[in-house]
Amino acid sequence: MSKRIELLNLNVYYSSFLAVADVNMVIQPRAITAFIGPSGCGKSTLIRTLNRMHEVIPGARVEGQLLMDGEDVYGPGVDPVRVRRQVGMVFQRPNPFPTMSIRDNVLSGYKLNNSKMSKSEAEELTEKSLVGANLWNEVKDRLDKPGSGLSGGQQQRLCIARAIAVEPDVILMDEPTSALDPISTAAIEDLAVELKERFTVVIVTHNMQQASRISDMTAFFTIAGTGMPGKLIEYDRTDKIFSNPSEQQTEDYVSGRFG
Amino acid sequence: MTSLQQPSSLQGTKDLPRFINPALLLASAVISFATQASLAATTALEVNLLAVVIIAVLGYALALYLISYFIEGKRKAKDRFVTVLVSSAFAVAIVPLISLAYTVVTKGAARFDLDFFTLSMRNVVGQGGGALHAIVGTLEITGLATLISVPIGIMTAIYLVEYGRGKLAKMVTFFVDVMTGVPSIVAGLFAYALFVVFFGPGVRMGIGGAIALSVLMTPVVIRATEEMLKIVPNELREAAYALGVPKWLTILKVVLPTSLAGIATGIMISIARVIGETAPLLIIAGFTASMNYNPFDERMATLPVFVFTSYANQGIEMQAYVDRAWTGALTLMLIVMILNLAARLVSKFFSPKG
Repeated sequence: MSKRIELLNLNVYYSSFLAVADVNMVIQPRAITAFIGPSGCGKSTLIRTLNRMHEVIPGARVEGQLLMDGEDVYGPGVDPVRVRRQVGMVFQRPNPFPTMSIRDNVLSGYKLNNSKMSKSEAEELTEKSLVGANLWNEVKDRLDKPGSGLSGGQQQRLCIARAIAVEPDVILMDEPTSALDPISTAAIEDLAVELKERFTVVIVTHNMQQASRISDMTAFFTIAGTGMPGKLIEYDRTDKIFSNPSEQQTEDYVSGRFG
Repeated sequence: MTSLQQPSSLQGTKDLPRFINPALLLASAVISFATQASLAATTALEVNLLAVVIIAVLGYALALYLISYFIEGKRKAKDRFVTVLVSSAFAVAIVPLISLAYTVVTKGAARFDLDFFTLSMRNVVGQGGGALHAIVGTLEITGLATLISVPIGIMTAIYLVEYGRGKLAKMVTFFVDVMTGVPSIVAGLFAYALFVVFFGPGVRMGIGGAIALSVLMTPVVIRATEEMLKIVPNELREAAYALGVPKWLTILKVVLPTSLAGIATGIMISIARVIGETAPLLIIAGFTASMNYNPFDERMATLPVFVFTSYANQGIEMQAYVDRAWTGALTLMLIVMILNLAARLVSKFFSPKG
């Protein structure tokens, strides 16, 4: 499954502070959409609104509409927990559960929700998810070892395995490679390209080469200054953004003339 | 402003040889002892060993500083002086501990026998008898206090860390702080007053002691658990939320297991804190020489109260009472030690691996 996400006049607030203003965009299914822009421009804030994770911060709220295959994620009666079961997330720093083994980390979406599954189902799902995260060959002999014993890149792929194990429709990645070395980064990038066959993938990155390498669509955000809201400047096909952007600001940023 | 003088070479001053420390310490000890001994000979007093040690250490520090100053330079001399200072502070701190353990073990060994752990004091007036009634009482009352305090404490801490916002949370934190400072006698009087309301004046019950102890214990459990929950990285909570795990399951299955080792240690510390309480138990649990397994009925002896009464109300054969008091103290110390070891095992098994 893979879902199409529509953002209509979306405003994100932290209490009274407007962090991201008036975003309108359509995120395509079975594609990688990259959010780029300078620090503090609201990319991470915006990606966290896609699965209602920003609500974890007290005072954070959203105005406008966020439609997932036509269904309003912020509509009345929508349970954020159910939203997050459909929209998986991978964070900047790898965060496997330290008390769990590699296998339990992969199955954590089920185990933490108390859902029962047979042993053979669990084995199958573990293998499928780890294969999907390109980690199976590295860890198949030590599934009962703690997940925190893996290298940073492996831990991040374990987190991706954990996210895809619950069969979401959308996978959000918030700077998934910024804490990793180039080789692990390449592994994650290859993985992201594979994942778009099955999922809608949204990735926040500071690395413009990364965005141009792997994404199909790119959204450029920026802020006019400190205390001002972040704004979506341009959203288009990645090749157009990097070769022939329509906005001067985008061109300045992608060509390195910014700031 | 003086600028830092740039050395022309990286070569420093020559170091003092390694044996200078023991040699100098020995020398100053000998000199100190000799002067004290000669002083004692002229005034016909005994040699004061404490004075010998103090003068020896002071002489050692001064001599080392001066020697180092002239050979190694000012900076290294300071370093050596402060090292001596810190080491002596450590020694001063550790001496009472060792002395206490030594005294309790040697004096408690006299009655550390089978009888002590199998008999009560019923109908015993002289030698013999044991403290089984007090050991049972201490274990039951402390166990009940733990049963009361740990759930309340952990849940309060979860409220404060995971849910508490605004005025109510601030108030709870404030009252926990206040409760941490409640004198134990006040806790005892509180439990007594509470039980008098239901059972009339003169009531004595083991469970009352447990309640008094839990008043003292709960704030310690709350504080310890709170600190442990706070250091669970937020990323783990977010990871669970992002998997569509509801908040209460995240707390139950991610936050608590991650901090379990620290919480267990905190609980053990809080038990160690209350297991030696005497005053509140004297008031509400009272004292008896007989076995009483039922904490909901009648007086119940506990080890601290047993030690206190054995010492305070010595019978005809005074030494027998004093010996029992020391062995009671030793038993209490051993119980706390066993609990500490248990806590270490718990934190070893449950702490996140990797």
